[in-house]
Formats: sequence, C-alpha cells, structure tokens
Amino acid sequence: MTAWAPWAVAVVVVTALPAVLSAFQIVQLTVFMIYSLLALSLDLIWGFGGILSFGQAAFFGVGGYCYGIVGINSGSTALALTAGVAGAAGLAALLGYFTFYGRVGSMYFAVITLTVTLILHQVMGTTADPRYAVGQARLGGYNGMTDIPSLALEVPGRAPLTLDPVPLFYVVGGLLLLVLALTRVLVQSSFGRVLAAIREDELRTELLGYDPRWRKLVTFAISGGIAGLAGGLFAGWGNFMNPQVFSMFQSALVVIWVMVGGRGTLYGAVVGTLVVQFLTNYLGTASVTYTTVALGAVLVVIVLLFPRGLLPAVEGAVRRAVGRPAPAPEFAR
Amino acid sequence: MDFVAVTAFGILYAIATLILLALGLAVIFGMMGVINLAQAEFLMVGAYTVLIATAHGASVWIGIAVAPVVVGLLGLVIERTIIRFLYGRILDTMLATWGLSLGLVGLVTLVFGPTTEGIATPLGHVIIGRYRLSEYSVFVILMAFAGLGLTYAVFNYTRFGLVARATMQNDNMVSALGVNPARVYMGTFAFGAALAGLGGAVIAPLTGVVPTLGLAFIAKIFITVIVGGPVILLGTTTSGAVLGLVESLVSYSSTPIYGQVAMLAVAIILLRLLPQGISGFWRRGV
Amino acid sequence: MNDVVLQARGLVKEFGGLRAVDSLDFTLRRGELRCVIGPNGAGKSTLFKLLTGQLKPTAGTIHFKGVDVARLQPHEIARAGIGIKFQVPRVYDGLSVAENLWLSARFRHGVAGAGAIVDRVLAEIGLVERRASFAGHLSHGDRQWVEIGMVLTSDPDLVLLDEPTAGMTHAEARRTADLVREINRRATLIVIEHDMDFVRNIAGYVTVLHRGAVLAEGTMEEIRANDVVRDIYLGKRPRARS
Repeated sequence: MTAWAPWAVAVVVVTALPAVLSAFQIVQLTVFMIYSLLALSLDLIWGFGGILSFGQAAFFGVGGYCYGIVGINSGSTALALTAGVAGAAGLAALLGYFTFYGRVGSMYFAVITLTVTLILHQVMGTTADPRYAVGQARLGGYNGMTDIPSLALEVPGRAPLTLDPVPLFYVVGGLLLLVLALTRVLVQSSFGRVLAAIREDELRTELLGYDPRWRKLVTFAISGGIAGLAGGLFAGWGNFMNPQVFSMFQSALVVIWVMVGGRGTLYGAVVGTLVVQFLTNYLGTASVTYTTVALGAVLVVIVLLFPRGLLPAVEGAVRRAVGRPAPAPEFAR
Repeated sequence: MDFVAVTAFGILYAIATLILLALGLAVIFGMMGVINLAQAEFLMVGAYTVLIATAHGASVWIGIAVAPVVVGLLGLVIERTIIRFLYGRILDTMLATWGLSLGLVGLVTLVFGPTTEGIATPLGHVIIGRYRLSEYSVFVILMAFAGLGLTYAVFNYTRFGLVARATMQNDNMVSALGVNPARVYMGTFAFGAALAGLGGAVIAPLTGVVPTLGLAFIAKIFITVIVGGPVILLGTTTSGAVLGLVESLVSYSSTPIYGQVAMLAVAIILLRLLPQGISGFWRRGV
Repeated sequence: MNDVVLQARGLVKEFGGLRAVDSLDFTLRRGELRCVIGPNGAGKSTLFKLLTGQLKPTAGTIHFKGVDVARLQPHEIARAGIGIKFQVPRVYDGLSVAENLWLSARFRHGVAGAGAIVDRVLAEIGLVERRASFAGHLSHGDRQWVEIGMVLTSDPDLVLLDEPTAGMTHAEARRTADLVREINRRATLIVIEHDMDFVRNIAGYVTVLHRGAVLAEGTMEEIRANDVVRDIYLGKRPRARS
C-alpha cells in the first residue's frame, strides 16, 4: 500500500458518508470530528513533543469563546475562527514561555496546565452578570454564551451563506484531514525529528546544539492553535459555549481519547476519539455520573494495563497472532 | 485598629487553610515526587466522614478525629491496588490518580447525591469592636499548626520518619540496609491521605459537603505545593504564606475568584524564576 | 596565545556551602590530548558540567576560542564546537542508528550535507548494516560506538570524553585508545579517566584535580613521581573505582 492510499480512502469515506447516514448522524459525526481535532492537538504535544498537557480543554474553550466574541461582534465567522485559533495559540505561547523558558519539569507543566483550566472554569462561571460582555457578546456565566453565529461561507460581495449540516460536515471533515496531513508533515520534517530527539533525551539534544525551549514553545503554540480551531468549530456548530468545556471531566476526556487511540501516531487520536464517543453514545447518556465513573475506571485501567494505548495493544496482539512483526523504525535520510 | 486586627486575622486564616489543605499533598510530593490528582477527593471523603458521623449522632469533633483514619485507610488501599504498580512512572501515576479522582467523585455522587449537605458549625463567636469572629476559624488555624507539628514529629521522632528521610535521600542505600522502600512509600501515601482527610474534615462545617467539594480547593492546593517545592514543611509553609497573602489581599479588593487568578499568576512567575519551587534551593528534606 | 583553545580562570562552583570547584585555572592548547584524573569528589564531573553549560559557575570565566562561554546555554556551547561523550553511552534508544548520527551531523553540515556524513561515519564505526536498527536494540559496545559516531559527525573543535573505557574489557579499552588518538588528530580532547593504564596508554598530558582545584599537571611520568599526588591518590589504591 503506498503512502497516499489511506488518505484517498479517508477522502472517499468522508465524501460518501452523508449519502448513507441520517441527518442526525451527520450532525453528530461532525462534532466527533471536531473532538478528533482536539485529540490531535494533544497527540502532537504529548505523543511527539513528549509533553503531557492537561490544558487542551482550556485552549478548546478559549478558542470557542474567542469565536463567539468575534463572531457576535463582527458577523464574520471566518474572522471569528481565525480569532479562535489565534487566541488559543496565544495563550499556549504565553504559558509555554513561562514554563519552557523557566525549565519547569514535566510534572509541574501538567499541573500548571490543569490549574489554568480549572481556574478558567471558575472565572468564566462568575461572568453571569450582564456587565461581563465584550461588545455585543455577553459571557453569560454558567448559563453560557448564546446566539453564536453558525459557520458561514463568506464570498466577498455576497451575503454570507450559513452552512447546512452536510456542507458543515464536509468543511469540518476537510479541515480534520488537512490538519492531520499538516501535522504529519510537521512531525516528519527536520523540525519534527529534532522534536523526537528532545522527547527521547532533552539534555543530550541540547548538548548536540539544539535549543529545546523554542521548539517546545512552537509545538505547544501549534497544538494550542489546533485545539482553538476545534473550539471555534464547536462554537459555530452548536451556537453555544459554556464553562463546562473547562471542567475536569472534559479535560480528562481529551487525555482518554488519546490514551485509547495510542499516542504518537496522530491517526490514533482520531480513531480513539471516534471509538470512545460512539461507545459512550451507544451506552447511553442516561447519567453523566455513570459516565464519569466509567471514564475514571477506564483511565486507571489503561494506565495500569496498556500504557502505550488501548488500540496499539490490540493491534500488537493481532500482529502477534498473525505472526507479522512490527515495522522497523523509519529511516532518516 | 479593629479593622487591622480583623484583616490580619483573615490573612492568617487564609494562609492556615491553605497549609492545612495542601500539607497532605506536599508530604506525598516531597517524599515520592508525584502529584496525586485525587488529593481533592481525599479532602471530600474526609468531609463526608464528618457528615456521616454527625448523621449518626456523633459530634463534629468525633467526625474530625475519625476522618484521618478513614481516609488514611483509603489511601493505603489505593496505594496497594494502583500506585505501587506505577513507581518511577510519574506522569502515569498522575493519570491514574486523575482517573481515580473522576471515579471517586462519580461514586460519591451515586451514593449520596449531588446536593450540598450542611453541617452546623460548632463553637460560637467572639466580638472584636464592630466585628464578629467565629471561634471555629481559630480552631482551623490551630489545626494547621497541629498538622505541621504532627508532620514534623512523624518525620523527625519516629522510626518510620528516619527510614523515610533516608529513603528520600537514597533509596538504593536503604534497600541495601534491609529496609523495603516500597513500605516507606506505602506509609507516606497513607499518611498524606490521612492529612488530607483531616483537612477536609476540619473545613466541612464551613463549606458544606458535596461530591465536588475538592474542586473549589484543588487549584490552590496544586499551586501551593508546586511553588513550595520538594522540602515539605519549609516549602509548604513559605509558599502557603506568600500565596495565601496574595490570595486574601486580592480577594478583599475584588472577588475570591480573582484571588485565585492572582495566585496562579504569581505562581507561574515564581516558577519562571525558581523552577524547582521556593524550596528547590535546599536539598530534599522534611 | 593564539593556539589556546580553552582557558578557565578562577572557576568556582558552590552547592549550598560546598565548593565543588574552587578557583580552578585550566588552559588547553589546540590539538592537545589532556587527561583529567583525581579521586572521587575532586570536582571532575562538576568541571565537565561547567564546560558543557549544564551548570553555571558561581564565579570565574571559561574562554573557548576567545569567547566567554561560562554563562551560555548548553546548546550555544555545543554550537560553538564542544562535543561530549558520556560515561554510560547516552544515545537515543528509540531512534535508529542513522537518525542518531543525523541529529548530531545536522548542525555542522546542514540538512543537505548531513546524509553523506552519516554514511561516511557509519562505515567508520562499522555499523552500516545496523543503520536502521533502534539504537536501544544494540549491544553496550555498539552503543558506545554510536555515541562515538555522534561525536565524529558533529565534527567539534573540542571533545569531552567522560570515562570512555568504563565497563570495557582490556581488548575494548585498547581499541578505544586507538580511537581516542584518531579523534585527537581532528580535535582537541579532554578525557576524564579512572583507569591509569589507559591514561598511560594514550600518553596524554595529565591534570590532577583535588578538592576542586588543580593539584598538579605534567606527563604521566612526572605525575607518578609527584609525592603529593601519590599521597592523595596514586599511593592509595589506584585501581579503586566506586
């Protein structure tokens, strides 16, 4: 199978799905693909950068709120989406500056990113009063920000055309494949190889002459930007944002998606997200509490039994059963 | 004059709460080098212990006395069933305790429901000029000192403490001396959990008891411990004092939420300057 | 003065109250092969970390090719042309042999030139066949060679070797001595070593460290004739290693 074959299959599948699925399923799959983008953002920084961020939900939320604020005030959703990406990437860059240039340890980094998320949750929760507004956009506290404009096609000289579910599905699916392809190019580039070296042994890489600090900063900012893109799309998809996007549950969910799919493969993050979301949907959303207990248990079990990820463990077992060894590492030219 | 006294008391109270709630996590972090993300749920279980005790007719004081035992045992069970398999894998330990945190919140919600239960605050008030101070807050401050004293005593005057300090310096050496470091980590984790149980029990009458009780404190506790760094008592006390002061001053002039935001900002700047935490300058110790 | 490649003056490193390196002066000429010896705690590894930027000195200067590098970041010092080989081979176990070499080659030779250098060095260290293997799957000896290969591809002006013969058999140590001389034809070398036979074998100029300062300098014969050195170091158990 050549390298582009899986991509061709993916494009065909995404194109064909609206023909076979119901409108409701299309809407749902759209949000799962948005979540997949979020999972992808974590896999980039964790799987390739070796830096565990508990704060991807924060960038997702910031991206969504930025989309809402700019979208409501300007009416342009293209501008709003750009603002979502920029806002989240900016926050990630700021945090990355203080942590990577301060050389704080990986555990401190994880705790700080989680703390930022938790505090954003509380801060956004206190914005119920109408005086907390940016221009026309009311933040709305725990009731959330409402009337966020749907993603629209904007051609200069014409009225913006709000995207229906199927075109929106294509836009999100296209963006997911595009981001997947771009991150793949990034991790296989010269930059990506040095990043892998930093993940393997940071001091050794420094002593070979590479500055790990800005490389981590850039990677984290890109990761934050992707999470922000997902947040913006989410806000445009549901016309609504509330502080629950910053909750412990949501933050943990992102980690679980990537742990199920296996980190360091990119496509694994997408598969993991789709599997977890379809399963939780299938098992029913009768009680959030049961889901919380189940996800908590899943997290503990995966860490204890399948630290490399659930699907890679399954894949490994299948390979052993079939008798085909794992592929050799990619060779550097 | 009264205002100054009351404000000073308020700041002292904020610092003491922070230290009391963070101490257990600081013990686990200082000794084992891992952040236990389920620590907030240990506080919550401590608070529920008091709730159950009072519901069965016992006094709040009995509940506060029992809570460290209950949560200490819970910590022991968790260490034996989960944590001990993950030594040396710091981030995996964090992930597992995170799962534990979600699971405990979920389980307690299933059993007790998501509502907040109140516990009547014991003790009365003292009047200072135009202000009323609750005597219970004096008790909270005393308990923070008691927690610090207890930790100091355990690590300095007991055989466990001696072995624990030696393990912290060099666990290979201790193994060579015939002490099993795993036992020390087990004891440390249980002790850290017990301290959290105490903290959660003490604040239960003030906050009310709810499955998400820990969420209100967890951000503050994490910040305090990582800013404090690896030296348990000195680090926690210093960072608790600095951050508690920042938090209460900002909270007085705006809202408690911005107090936390200010804490976080100060913490991030401090870590930029002192990446090992305030006490990172000193060697590891108690 | 022009041929001085490295000069440390008044170098001090304190940990808490302890002075691990105490007013150390050290000069190295271009092309020199210098062995640094000393008992445990003499400050050898602290000096190593100061020279590579892993530690910042409390006081003093380190001039490398005329520039003070004492307070630069490790990667800046590496780029200035100081390469290092650790005692326990420190290679990327999760990357292939070729990738390991590519990483060290990229700086001096650019992305375009790195490939050719990697091929050449792979042949030199005898690992052409294993180029696509994970470094972590190689034997201890081969991993030593991978790291030596990394030093060769990065083409530094000054190479620091930390106990290159640690854990080696006699035959391997002899082969390493040849290699040390080979590297020395291209670069200035500092070798930290415990093994006196090896030091004698590579026949370099010797610096003896004691309590963070230079106790004596000279050829191996001069050092062996030095009573003070013998008292604190050689006189005891020269082969003792802990």
